[in-house]
Amino acid sequence: MTDHRTALGRARGLGSAKEGVAHWWAQRVTALLLIPLVVWFVASLLAHLGSDYVGVLAWLHEPVTYGLMVLLLGAMFWHAALGLQVVLEDYVHGEAAKLASILLAKGACLGLFLAGFVALSKIAFAG
Amino acid sequence: MDAVESHKAMTNRPLSPHLQIYKPQLTSMLSILHRITGVALAVGTILLVYWLIAAASGPGAFATAAGFIGSWIGRLLLLGWTFALFFHLCNGIRHLFWDAGLGFELKTVYASGWTVVVAAVALTIISFIAGFAALGDL
Repeated sequence: MTDHRTALGRARGLGSAKEGVAHWWAQRVTALLLIPLVVWFVASLLAHLGSDYVGVLAWLHEPVTYGLMVLLLGAMFWHAALGLQVVLEDYVHGEAAKLASILLAKGACLGLFLAGFVALSKIAFAG
Repeated sequence: MDAVESHKAMTNRPLSPHLQIYKPQLTSMLSILHRITGVALAVGTILLVYWLIAAASGPGAFATAAGFIGSWIGRLLLLGWTFALFFHLCNGIRHLFWDAGLGFELKTVYASGWTVVVAAVALTIISFIAGFAALGDL
């Protein structure tokens, strides 16, 4: 049988760094978590569509809403960071641009999560 | 002999044709749509966080956010994101079944693909009808 590997590939022969499995698992676990959370979130938004500011704030103030919203944001931004990383790894060529774009995407996910978390906490723990 | 030619001669490695050679198929279209909707949803989280910050800031900021979301451009964006969310959710469940080793028969792959398309469109329409009904615009 023909060996299709390059000479360099044969010489290295070390295989992967084996970090892909953790990434793959986290992507799936957050996906599973997001199924019920997203259904709950869409249903809740629809239920509060007619509400005014006071109604929306009262809903966000409830402990259950706060817990589920923080869980939603956490799973969502983790899932988004992992997904964006894969897309950028596939389409951005050149190591410097790839690294910079992934760091930027992950930084944005972290920043947006923190902003949302602080906003939710302010509402939940206000008066 | 340039570098590419020498590499070919050295490895005799078979090359797969480029993407544009292939006829568009449901499977490949849904695959790329999963990525596109995923990226679109990641961008959409900005609006969600903005809405939460507005709610935390006070009635004035909240009214501004609600005004934007309620405008025709806000509703159009929401329609796109609603479809993206339902498609990514349904097709993501399809992916989870594949990850469990289920549904790889060609017939099943097409059946689940069309199911995802119909479900995503139906859920989007149902949500918007429910939304307009809740707003009393229907």
